[in-house]
Amino acid sequence: MAAKEGQQHPIGIYLWIWGLLFVFSACSYAVDWYQLQGLLRWSLIIFFMLLKAGFIVAIFMHMFWERLAILYAVLFPCIAILFFLAFMFAESGYTLWTRMVYFMVGI
Amino acid sequence: MEDSSFTQPVTIPPHVKGNKGVAVDWSSDQKTFKGVPWGKAMMWIFLVSDTFVFSIFLISYMTVRKSTKIPWPNPSKVFALHVGHVSVPLLLIAIMTFILITSSGTMAMAVKFGYEKKRVPCAILIILTAIFGASFVGMQAFEWTKLIMEGVRPWENPFGAPQFGSVFFMVTGFHGTHVTIGVIFLIILARKVWRGDFDTGRRGFFTSQKSHYEAIEIMGLYWHFVDLVWVFIFAFFYLW
Repeated sequence: MAAKEGQQHPIGIYLWIWGLLFVFSACSYAVDWYQLQGLLRWSLIIFFMLLKAGFIVAIFMHMFWERLAILYAVLFPCIAILFFLAFMFAESGYTLWTRMVYFMVGI
Repeated sequence: MEDSSFTQPVTIPPHVKGNKGVAVDWSSDQKTFKGVPWGKAMMWIFLVSDTFVFSIFLISYMTVRKSTKIPWPNPSKVFALHVGHVSVPLLLIAIMTFILITSSGTMAMAVKFGYEKKRVPCAILIILTAIFGASFVGMQAFEWTKLIMEGVRPWENPFGAPQFGSVFFMVTGFHGTHVTIGVIFLIILARKVWRGDFDTGRRGFFTSQKSHYEAIEIMGLYWHFVDLVWVFIFAFFYLW
């Protein structure tokens, strides 16, 4: 746990996470290498992405050892991003629809 | 001004687990983030705002890619490199990914050695991180040059939807700027660590404040964040 001064952890944990991140990156590269397509491709990409992001934030950025007060203060605002994502997902679908309807007449 | 705010010995109240602890910390009538130096809290808040900036880039990328009728260029082919006679997909991008992860690893260890007050290995690891970062930027410059030679512009490209170019230059450019700024600050920090500024209490040339080894962790947060953003760019822009 957090020692007297700052965040001090054994060096082994950093080396382990470093290795893990290498493996996960290799896995996501393999998704492209073997040209997996469709839902499998997208789900694997997101799975490895979240795994890597989680380990970087939790271990390298020490969030795992911080108190919940700062973890919540950092993570909760980011939920807003998901709402924005949902809005723009709907909006871009509508834009595509208008382009289909108004620009492809007669084709 | 005495700079005791950096080092004030705060008696940290016992940690209450779970959501009750959050309520206790926020209502404690003291600083909220116990055991977190103010500089680190400020860095986290900056990183949250930077998260929003990059999110907006990636969301606008999704918007233009999803709303165009013209097929999106296949990044696997656009970013392929020829090794001998074989075309290897995304080769340079994969190398850049591994280099950035490696730099994150060396940075994490620099933070550890910093808190142990081992000046020399700490400074060497920070310099190593800066070298990895600089080589990342160099490869990105190579990538940009290659694509510009092939006719990719922010408004057109020979592979497909014209939005591809604007997204590419905007997103990777903004990320590369972050890496470049990081490299500059890493070099400044390495010099401070090497000279022993944090041991002798030498004041910074800009802030004229004494600094401490927690400055390395704060720099580390920024550097890991740059790596974190690359994870998302790699997934959504290069692999999708």
